[in-house]
This record gives sequence, C-alpha cells and structure tokens, in this order.
Amino acid sequence: MRALLGGAAALFFATPAMAASGEAVNPWVAVAYLISGVLFILALRGLSSPETSRAGNRYGMIGMLIAVVTTLVTHDIASLPEIGVAIAIGGGFGFIVARKIAMTDMPQLVAGFHSLVGMAAVLVGVAAYLNPGAFGILDSAGEILVVSRVELGLGVAIGAITFSGSVIAFLKLNGNMSGAPIMLPGRHVINLGVLSGIIGLTAYFAILPTAETAMVFWIILALAFIIGFLLIIPIGGADMPVVVSMLNSYSGWAAAAMGFTLGNTAMIITGALVGSSGAILSYIMCKAMNRSFISVIAGGFGADSSGSSDGAEKIDRPWKRGSAEDAAYMMKQAENIIIIPGYGMAVAQAQHALREMGDMLKEEGVNVKYAIHPVAGRMPGHMNVLLAEANVPYDEVFELEDINSEFAQADVAFIIGANDVVNPAAKTDKGSPIYGMPVFDVEKAKTIFFIKRSMGGVGYAGVDNEVFYMDQTMMLLSDAKKMCEDIVKAL
Amino acid sequence: MDFISILSIFVMACFVGYYVVWSVTPALHTPLMAVTNAISSVIIVGALIAAAAGSQADGGQTAKWLGLVGVVLASVNIFGGFAVTERMLAMYKKKERK
Repeated sequence: MRALLGGAAALFFATPAMAASGEAVNPWVAVAYLISGVLFILALRGLSSPETSRAGNRYGMIGMLIAVVTTLVTHDIASLPEIGVAIAIGGGFGFIVARKIAMTDMPQLVAGFHSLVGMAAVLVGVAAYLNPGAFGILDSAGEILVVSRVELGLGVAIGAITFSGSVIAFLKLNGNMSGAPIMLPGRHVINLGVLSGIIGLTAYFAILPTAETAMVFWIILALAFIIGFLLIIPIGGADMPVVVSMLNSYSGWAAAAMGFTLGNTAMIITGALVGSSGAILSYIMCKAMNRSFISVIAGGFGADSSGSSDGAEKIDRPWKRGSAEDAAYMMKQAENIIIIPGYGMAVAQAQHALREMGDMLKEEGVNVKYAIHPVAGRMPGHMNVLLAEANVPYDEVFELEDINSEFAQADVAFIIGANDVVNPAAKTDKGSPIYGMPVFDVEKAKTIFFIKRSMGGVGYAGVDNEVFYMDQTMMLLSDAKKMCEDIVKAL
Repeated sequence: MDFISILSIFVMACFVGYYVVWSVTPALHTPLMAVTNAISSVIIVGALIAAAAGSQADGGQTAKWLGLVGVVLASVNIFGGFAVTERMLAMYKKKERK
C-alpha cells in the first residue's frame, strides 16, 4: 500500500493534473479522488474482523461522499436539480430495499445490485461514446482516442455481461426461473464464437476511424448482453455462490474500465479492489467444491441425476426415523453438539427456531457449536449472516477446517438443511460427482440427527448420502423450522 | 494522466485488493460482497459527468439522459449497498460473558 501511495504521489507531482473535461484543474481534485480510493481500501480492510467492520463501512461511505462531491464541485453542472432528483429517487429506493429485505434473500439482492452496476457502466460507456468531448477523450482531430476506444469497447462489454448475467442469476435465486441448468446444444461453440466476436470487433472499433465503425460499437454492446445471458443459463443452483462472486468481480472490472476512460483514480482503485475481491471469492468457492473454475462456468452440474440409476437400491435400504422428543432427549444428555446448517435452513427460515433450541441446550449445560461449510447457502458467508441475524454470537460459529477435528468428540451432529457438505462419498467414492470436495466428518459423531423434508430429495449434486443409512443416524423428516420448534417444546 | 500512470495505479491496486481481501474473515464474506457492490458504484462519477455536461455537443442531450439514469441506478446501489451492509454488520455480536 505504501508503494501505491508513493507511486501515485510521484505521478501526481510529475504530470500536470488534467480533469476529465480536458482543462487543467486544481491538483487537489486528483488528491480528493485518491483519498476516496484509499478510504475504499480501508472499508474492505475493516472486514478482517467483526469488531472493525462497522468503522470500515463508514470509511466506505465517506469515500463515496468525497468522490461524488468532488465530481459535482469540479464540473460545470448544467443540471443540478435533475441530478439531485436522480440521486433522491435511486437512493430512496435503495435505502428502502436495504431496510426491508429478508436476510435469507440476500443472494438475490446482491445479484440484483450487481446488475445495476453493470447497467450503470454500460450507460456511462454509451454516454462517453455519444459525447466524448465531455469526458475529455478526444484527440486534436476530434476523434475518440484509440486507447479510449479500447477501454470503452471493453468497458461496455463487461458491463453488459455483468448486467444480463446478474439478471439471470437474480431470476434463478429469486425463484422466478428454475434453478436447473438450461443446456443449449453446442453452447460452448456459440459462447466462444460470441466472445471472440466481441474481442475482434473491439479491435476493429479501436483501429479504424470512428466514422467508419458507426454500428460496431452497438453490435459489441448487443453481443455482450447476449453472452452474459448465455453464460449463466446453463449454471445450476448449487453453483450460484461461484456465479454471484464471479459477477461481483465483473462489476469491478467494468468500473475499472470506465476509470481508465476517465483517468479517475477512485474508480480505478475501486474497480481493482472489487475485481480481485470477486475473483478471490470465486476461487475460495471453487476450492471448497473441489471443482475448477472452468467446469463451473461450463455449467450443467446437477443436470444429469446420477441418483436415478441406483434409485431402486436406495429405496430398499433401511434407515431410522426419529422424533422431536427423541432428539430433545438425546441432546439434553449430550456434552458437545455441533450444528451444521445448510441452504435448507434458509429456505425454511429456521434460523431463529434453531437459535432458540441452541439456547435451551446451552442452559442444560450442553456445549453448542455451529459449523459452516464455505459453500453452504447460495452465496459466500450466507449462513453466517443468517445465524448472526438470529443472534447467534459469531464466536460460536466455526469454519470447516477449524472444527472438523472436533466431530470425533461430539456426541451429536445436528444437520439442518445441509446434505452434500456432509456426504462421506466425497472422501471415499471416486465415481461420485462430489469426490474430493472437503466435507464435514459427521460420521465420527456418536449420534447424528438429520433434518430433511423427505427421503426423496438428494441434495443439489444429485447424489445419495451414506449418512442417511448409518446406525447412529436418526432422520427427522419434517420442515426444518417446525422440527426445531417441536424440539424446543420437547426440551 | 497518461495511460501508463493509470495502468500503474491499477496494477498496484490489484495487489492491494488481493492482500486485503484474503485478510477478510470468511464469516463476513456476505457483507464483503454487499460493500464491494456499494463501492463499485463509484461509477456514479462517470454518470455525473455525463449528466452534468448538458447538450454542448451533438450526442450531449442523449448522453445527459443516459447519465441521469446511470445516476439513479448507481444511487440505488450506493444507498442500498451501504445500508444493507450496515444492517448486516450490526447483527454480528460476540458472546455475552456472564
């Protein structure tokens, strides 16, 4: 970071600062954008622990305020009232949504927000293309600078991909569209063709004079909207954490591309931060599923149910059914309980009932811990937020690698709405689609309670789970929320 | 600023981003996504420039309206993103020591 600051300061003193409008301006303007970029870095830095996170969020807000005010002060604003109204409309809507949204709906909210960043990037890019003079990207002959044409082409393309991709992700997460992968024949060929088309046309757009490429810009934009759509439809619900992170990354690169066009440090720093953030999250998610990024993007996971072939065998296998009273009795006697929540808990909105159950057990002197798999839920950290919402203290919640050794000492593993992340096939069955994925060693616990709505469903990966049939397993077949409430009553 | 200066800032910022994001605790990954969403709406700067420029040039009038729409969209994100992050972060509490 020191290198960044030093480098930026050196640049700042070496070159006369130019505003986007092309006139020489007060060098403090560049400093202001730099400060807001640094505040954004601090905003992310704050998230290294829950104690510092709220201060970090404030830094982010201050950084944004500085960037907006600086822009407004340094440009001749012909339309201040309109801008004020625009901010009020957007801000008011955003604020209300943020206050009203249920925590379980966070993945689709984030996907929806990504689509807005993408669309905003497209609009800024198109505006810069239509009115390049205002953005200071004209050369002496009145042509848009070549480097700016590359940035504009790439910027609107990434923005458009972010937009249409996020809209599909939103529809899938929000349940307006089936989470099942939609597989077009020859989709890899189509996608590669469209992508190379975008890159080729961007080069063409950059090399030839603007007058000869009047339509090219719009074709790039249209192709980018299409490819974003095509890229996300074949990706199934279980891979959504990766998709949401990936789109997060794209929205960052789109902002960075526009930052290059405007020569604005705040936008470039932010774009790079957000871009790397999304990329790292995608990497973490892929690693937690033991899948390559390419295979996730290629899509289709969970489409062909491998469970259908051994379906007959599955039904015949014996399993034990437990009741809420059994679970309450056993857990009261236990010393150590580890609770493993999954997406099913979010669907059933069971986090509050679960916390109540945990509290009652703690009063009985039981040691209760929560174990969270990196890909539990529909976005990174989804389960942590839900437990936090239900007032579970964050120091009772543990990550996979921190708690996995403790299952051997656990009396009860309580699985609520999770499935693939506790499937031992990931460790033993080389033929399983989830082989190699790091999973919880629940089978080492003395007793396992497995809340599931029915014996029919088999998780997103479509694989049967050995844990159902183990001697120490009791299946609690019910809605997750109702089961937790019943256990609370029985306690 | 010339292209190389901008590129240097960008590359440096990528490295900063890499190290900062790895230090984020996994428990806060959802707030991380929400807040990155909010800050990437700094793209509002571009939308403001377009909206502010007015109709000096040929495409200026269209650009102005596109800019205004961009301002609306980015504002949804800025206010929504920071507010929802704040709401989430307020829920993370430590165990009460008795």
